[in-house]
Amino acid sequence: MAEAVVELERLRRTFPSPEGEVVALVGLDLRVERGEMMAIMGPSGSGKSSLLNLLGCLDRPTAGHYRLDGLAVETLDDDALADVRNHRLGFVFQGFNLLPRTSALENVMLPMLYDRRHRFADPEARARAALERVGLGSRLHHAPNALSGGQQQRVAVARALVTEPALVLADEPTGNLDSRSTADVMSLFQELNDQGVTLLIVTHEDEVAGYCRRAITLRDGALVRDVAKTQRRAADDLARLDAAHHA
Amino acid sequence: MTLRRLISVALGSIRRNAARSLLTMLGVVIGVASVVVMVAIGKGAEAEIGARIANLGTNLVIVTPGSQSKTGVSGGANSMDSLTLEDVDKLTRESLEAEKVSPVIQTYGMVVAGNNNWRTQVYGVDLSYFDIRRWTIASGRGLDDNDVRGHRKVAVIGKTNVDMLFGEEDPIGKTIRVRNIPIEVVGILQSKGPTPDGADQDDVMLLPYTTVHARFAGRSFIAQILLSARSEAGVPEALKEVRAILRESHGIQGKMEEDFTLRDQSALAATAKGTTEVMTTLLLVVASVSLVVGGIGIMNIMLVSVTERTREIGIRRALGARRRDVLMQFLVEAIVLSSLGGLIGAGLGMAVTALVGSLTGWATVVTAQSVLLALSFAVGVGVFFGWYPARRAAALDPIEALRFQ
Repeated sequence: MAEAVVELERLRRTFPSPEGEVVALVGLDLRVERGEMMAIMGPSGSGKSSLLNLLGCLDRPTAGHYRLDGLAVETLDDDALADVRNHRLGFVFQGFNLLPRTSALENVMLPMLYDRRHRFADPEARARAALERVGLGSRLHHAPNALSGGQQQRVAVARALVTEPALVLADEPTGNLDSRSTADVMSLFQELNDQGVTLLIVTHEDEVAGYCRRAITLRDGALVRDVAKTQRRAADDLARLDAAHHA
Repeated sequence: MTLRRLISVALGSIRRNAARSLLTMLGVVIGVASVVVMVAIGKGAEAEIGARIANLGTNLVIVTPGSQSKTGVSGGANSMDSLTLEDVDKLTRESLEAEKVSPVIQTYGMVVAGNNNWRTQVYGVDLSYFDIRRWTIASGRGLDDNDVRGHRKVAVIGKTNVDMLFGEEDPIGKTIRVRNIPIEVVGILQSKGPTPDGADQDDVMLLPYTTVHARFAGRSFIAQILLSARSEAGVPEALKEVRAILRESHGIQGKMEEDFTLRDQSALAATAKGTTEVMTTLLLVVASVSLVVGGIGIMNIMLVSVTERTREIGIRRALGARRRDVLMQFLVEAIVLSSLGGLIGAGLGMAVTALVGSLTGWATVVTAQSVLLALSFAVGVGVFFGWYPARRAAALDPIEALRFQ
């Protein structure tokens, strides 16, 4: 059996409210193995965001267990969770979430500045390499507002990858992108996944889910569907879009 | 993050928001500059008044005839001529604490030079008087041994006398008449200006005491015996010793009333020094208020900045920043801002001080102490007023912060 990156066991998250307890996740069991590329789908209010926050160690479960890359994280305190995010996780957001007026290079170096273990001797060289890996070697010193949406998301991907995390979490990564940029970013994700990066992508677009190897669907805080699928290759779509554009 | 990193992050953030950062610093700049300027002006005034008091002689001991407690009563033990030249001799010989001793024999009278006349203080003094009262000669010569021994009719006169008796003329070598006795002017005293309490120190005419004693006998008396203690600190000892010597020579024992009075300048010096110190403190307090106001400005802008950068805080937290990292980031930013403001303010303060000094002619003293004080105060302001916004930033929930639009 392959190694598990994410193991959720009866993971439950509730929020107190004046009308009583609101249940966001009813008690989820989930296992994600290394090298998977999985979409998390579901309508709004289905518990997607709550799950993402828990998976991203930004939040703690009300009950249940979460092992990330073998580490039980549900018992960790605030500082330890920050370190887990730094060492084991990479984030890609819908709104890119790059620091404004800060060069691509500095943005990608950012997570390494918070690395208390100082795993990387030369953060700048690593950041440079990460940007080259996502095809932005010539845009190192551009600020986000000088880059296109697709390029900004590539910077964000480079930032998520630079610390070699066990898991990359993407929250609607193509929500702000046109179809060409969507195909572009998704082909980058597929490329990285082919190289062994484990990816979880929260999305409500079937198109995006189509690029993944597996898709789960949440409804009312419970897992209602879990299917494996044949991956559409985003690179093919990209080539077709470009051809149509030039025709 | 290391402190160096934190500072470079802070500098980066300040550079990216250059205009806002400058406006934020402005309060501290003005605060520090005003502290530096105010202290410079205060210290300048202090130094100038100190110099004037030193001019009077801070180690001065003055013996005057008559008892302090009995006023208006003349004759007997308290008469105005209770001091004698024998007292002066005895003090010169016996006092160990007094470095120099001079009698001051006073006479009054109209002084005439050509068509001008002027009523002034005519003092018969010994050579040591010039040292004790710190008189220097502006032109001509001072009195010398021969003048004193030979009872010569020569005088050194103050600037006021020059103006009143001679106007534009050069008085050296001219003859003046004091109570009809012709006296040659041999020198002019360097002007001292008024005393701190406004008396004209330059309205004075100095003759050898032997001359005054011989020529104005019966119309003169020993108004003072002046002594200089070895140092300002030695004044109390000198007072004690002089009192003992005079009591002995005047045959005063036990509780008998003394027929002389001892004074020194310490009370005057202390009063003047106290006044200027109060003034400096007052100026400093006023200037400090503006520094505090500057700090509140920093706090305001930092609070706005924390709100504006909520998303940035969320990003940093998501990427692995601990609460403490965020706290330190904003705190260091506030401190760097206020320190930069402090440095600029110190420079501005020194420039303004120089300008004020050259425009008004006031004495100003920029001390390293006041600059360092203002700078450390500025840093303190940064810490104090940066703390609250930094705490707010650190307390933000990363999920909320990331969702913030």
